Amino acid sequence: MKLVTATAILSFAASGASAQNQCAAGKTIDDGVLTVATGNPAYYPWVMDDAPESKQGFEAAVAYAVAERMGFADDQVTWVRSSFDQAIQPGAKDFDFNLQQYSITPERDEIVDFSAPYYSAAMAVLTRQVIVDLGAEANIDALRSLKWGADANTTAVPMLAEVIAPESDPLLYGDNADVVEAMKAGQIDAALFDLPTALYLSAVVLDDGVILGQFPAERSESPDQFGMLLEEGNPLKECIDAAIAEMTADGSLAAIEAEWLSETTGVPVIQ
Amino acid sequence: MALADQGGQGTGRPAPGPTRRQIYEAEVRRRSNLIAAGSTLTVLILLIVLIPMAPGWEGVKKSFFNAEVFARTFPGLLEAFLLDVAIFAWSAPLIFILGLLIALCRDVRKPALYPLRLFGILYTDIFRGIPVILVIYLVGFGVPGLGLPRPWNSPYIWGTVALVLTYAAYVAEVFRTGIESIHQSQRSAAASLGLSSSDTMRFVILPQAIRRVVPANMNLFIALQKDVALLSFIGPVEIFRQAGVYKSLLANFTPYVGAALIFLAITIPATRYADYLLAKQSKARS
Amino acid sequence: MAKLEARGVMKAFGENAVCKGVDLNVDEGEMVCLIGASGSGKSTLLRCLNLLEPIDDGIILLDGEDISIPGLDPQPVRQRIGMVFQSFNLFPHMTAVENVMLAPRRVRGLTRGALLPEVTALFERFGLADRMRHYPDQLSGGQQQRVAIVRALAMRPEIMLFDEITSALDPELVGEVLDVLRQLRAEGMTMIIATHEMGFARELADKVCFLENGIILEEGPPDALFANPKRDRTRAFLSRVL
Repeated sequence: MKLVTATAILSFAASGASAQNQCAAGKTIDDGVLTVATGNPAYYPWVMDDAPESKQGFEAAVAYAVAERMGFADDQVTWVRSSFDQAIQPGAKDFDFNLQQYSITPERDEIVDFSAPYYSAAMAVLTRQVIVDLGAEANIDALRSLKWGADANTTAVPMLAEVIAPESDPLLYGDNADVVEAMKAGQIDAALFDLPTALYLSAVVLDDGVILGQFPAERSESPDQFGMLLEEGNPLKECIDAAIAEMTADGSLAAIEAEWLSETTGVPVIQ
Repeated sequence: MALADQGGQGTGRPAPGPTRRQIYEAEVRRRSNLIAAGSTLTVLILLIVLIPMAPGWEGVKKSFFNAEVFARTFPGLLEAFLLDVAIFAWSAPLIFILGLLIALCRDVRKPALYPLRLFGILYTDIFRGIPVILVIYLVGFGVPGLGLPRPWNSPYIWGTVALVLTYAAYVAEVFRTGIESIHQSQRSAAASLGLSSSDTMRFVILPQAIRRVVPANMNLFIALQKDVALLSFIGPVEIFRQAGVYKSLLANFTPYVGAALIFLAITIPATRYADYLLAKQSKARS
Repeated sequence: MAKLEARGVMKAFGENAVCKGVDLNVDEGEMVCLIGASGSGKSTLLRCLNLLEPIDDGIILLDGEDISIPGLDPQPVRQRIGMVFQSFNLFPHMTAVENVMLAPRRVRGLTRGALLPEVTALFERFGLADRMRHYPDQLSGGQQQRVAIVRALAMRPEIMLFDEITSALDPELVGEVLDVLRQLRAEGMTMIIATHEMGFARELADKVCFLENGIILEEGPPDALFANPKRDRTRAFLSRVL
């Protein structure tokens, strides 16, 4: 009887351990399960159809690939939703990591931890055909005279001030949808987004949306790099970093990027 | 005064010093002051000692009460608050006027003008029934979306319109209560002098009604001062949005605490003043 | 021709009939006192005469002219008939002189400057010269009521209606208000006075009407009515109040 029990425990423990590599074992909030957070809603092309479980979309695919490297099978990954504010508030998190285009900044890094970057985002100028027809051009001088908008929660806000320095104060909004709405209402001429988001908005949301051009990632003083957000001091960070390093080295991260974010090439660069 | 007289009568002679009742009441007052001070002090000490003992305090302190972030963001917040003040300053008079007009619509008694009255009723029902933020979205994005040219599509204009539409509904109800609280005998007196009903409203009823509802309106305008921040949803970078930008950049909530302090610096004195007016008024009427 | 005449005036508030066919004649320069218990219809009758309440049936003639035609604009009529109320009803947010000037300014279209001599004379006539700039709550009840009378007189009415104007006053203030009525009587003003002051009615009235249950039960010269009432109900009422 004792023997049987001991064997059962041993085998159970062994099977648990065998599912994960050494690194991640016992470091997740639920043993044997990786809990990943994304936005609510999650947007194309980061997550397709707001359904991360489908593995469709860049961030969904990256999340599953990282999970796999850490030894989590697909069915050991569960998804939760969180807002920006929930992610950065102090205290315990209900996710192991959170990916929704979080730009890594030193100030944010003091409150939470970030993984190594999994994407370097160029910033792009989204505008409408009517504005282009009125003579908007992809050079800084022309851009300066436009009326600008941005999502207040993104690094587009400091970048606007640093790189473009518009003549009139930009208008800021709570999310992408509101920025687009203001653009439709003619209250702003152009808005700054990361390139994939800008592509999505111009293709799907804004009827006469146009990408005027992009600022390459290295153009900004602090290039916009997306990292996975973790609770400050989370030991899982080293495992995730290792997985991302591996994926970067063997080209699998680039392959995922090519699959989901291929359209980003071919957008003109703003001088 | 009155107490001293009574005390004097009670002992059958004029009281030279404090009366028995005065001594008793002074003692009661002294004791209740002591108890109040003691219990307040105890609660404060408990708060100051216990909260930092909570396991998450260090994290909360860093995120919400970060002195460095506070110092860095507070001037920018103050500057952004000027926009709130400006929006309030041009909205409040418009709200007052529209609210008054709507209230007058609801008081119309001539049958030919019944549509006005119906409009007043519908207006207050609708705009008191919709959350301010929805009106701001609908009017702030919707009306300019019809194709107005700049600068007539400005979020400042239509955001203000949204605030005015909503708050005028509340202010109208306050005015209506005020108008109805003026005793019928005032209307009778005016009518007996041969004053027309519009003159009666203008010179007799309204001046009294408006004065009577000053405290209630002050409370509404204090609420307005806070709701001005909702205009940030359609673009203007006022204090709430500015705090959000800082929060996002610095991943820190301290700017919100700073913004709250700025709001409190305005609203607490205003609320106290409204309460004082109300107390004065109910004293005058009793 | 009577200055003011009521014939068969009926007034009900819902189910509650208050005037059930009142007939009343008031001649030019006459002073008529309405007496009767509370609820007998005195106040309602006065309000009907001033068109503050539309009457259900009957007819009211002013200088022989029907003023009770349904739908008739009551304003011109009210300008000719002044009324003073039991509870003064001064406008509390205006000084005494503003109270008095409001209606002449708005209705007669006169400026404050043009009105001032006339209004000042009125205040002086009733001993209120030093109270013109006071607000109602700075005046005693008797002073307030006298200002209310001045306010009505400033419209130069042809008839004055007084609705128990001393009932809300402390007893020591009643005299100063009744003195005003004496003064007006001496000046020949046509007046209808609802009152509980039997001594005053007996002393000054040309005619006293006893109202009960919505009709004028008995009327006559004061000496006759007070000394020798014909009806039992009148006698019963008088014995209660005298």
